[in-house]
Amino acid sequence: MSRDQFFVRGLRDSVPMLVGIAPFGIIFGTLAGVGGLTLWQAVGMSMFVYAGSAQFIVISLMGAGAGAVVILLTTFIVNLRHVLYSATLQPQVQGLPQRWRLLLAFWLTDETFAIVQRHYLVHGRTPLAHWYWLGVASSLYACWVSSSLVGVLFGQAFPDMASWGLEFAMLATFIGIVVPLLRNQPQIAAALVAGAVALLTWSWPYKLGLMAAAFSGIAAGVFLERRQPERQDDVTPNEVRP
Amino acid sequence: MTYWWLILGMAAITFLMRYSLFAWPNLRFPPLVRQGLHYVPTAVLTAIVVPGMLLPDGAHWQLSLGNAYLLAGIVSIGIAAISRNLLATIGGGLLVFFLLRWAMGQM
Repeated sequence: MSRDQFFVRGLRDSVPMLVGIAPFGIIFGTLAGVGGLTLWQAVGMSMFVYAGSAQFIVISLMGAGAGAVVILLTTFIVNLRHVLYSATLQPQVQGLPQRWRLLLAFWLTDETFAIVQRHYLVHGRTPLAHWYWLGVASSLYACWVSSSLVGVLFGQAFPDMASWGLEFAMLATFIGIVVPLLRNQPQIAAALVAGAVALLTWSWPYKLGLMAAAFSGIAAGVFLERRQPERQDDVTPNEVRP
Repeated sequence: MTYWWLILGMAAITFLMRYSLFAWPNLRFPPLVRQGLHYVPTAVLTAIVVPGMLLPDGAHWQLSLGNAYLLAGIVSIGIAAISRNLLATIGGGLLVFFLLRWAMGQM
């Protein structure tokens, strides 16, 4: 396959995610407008920060009059999981020029990570695979920024849109990513433990419970994997269809 | 103006975390860490989804049949388990969610 074919395949595989990201972006734009950000501040946040769940939480913090330190600390903690994504995909950026690593890092969201990581699991690393990554990432980025803009504009026309529940789109997207991964005992244990700890720690400040839940789930998965005599971590190419 | 500084600060923090390990592309992780990384997507995303279904507003438990997030979330899990298809899960889940909200008079 050529560069263009990799790029186009990335665009194509991103399409299902767009169905989940567009409503989420629209609801962000609506809430940001209601929360007192100007149109360009709302779109600028999507353009420069590009981190859906952190943006949502920060909008509600701004609305509650939280200080800059709380807002930046919250951003740090809510986005800590990106360090894990960065570590997971790090072997795939070996040998890529600096400008590629900078760009792909900037675009490393939950959704991009999920699609790209699956591509590498199924196809392994090929010399032009970063063009596939570029196709996925640029498509999701364009969707997030443009749907945020639509949300600000629509929010002015339909002020009650914030209560429609469009944020369910994010839950459906993450469910669609996780469920097909639950194909062996360690993965199932990781999900059960992470879910349970998240419920026990939901009231912790600054979303610290999210990291507690993530690390508990990871520890449960590793513990079970090490107890099993044979590795059950093989990935067959038809596990998930985009 | 303050908001712009906050946005730039958030952008810098988020980018640095995403770039953190791409900055050292030749660093190799010990086997335990590599094993743990296999469970990152499952653990992180489940930790976001489960409270999102049971405490949709982020503050109050809603263990009731009037909670469309919970019901549509369970349906989405079912669609994902059977179809293993992302588009069917997201599209079907959203459709069920809005039908439930409409039927329960929450729209």
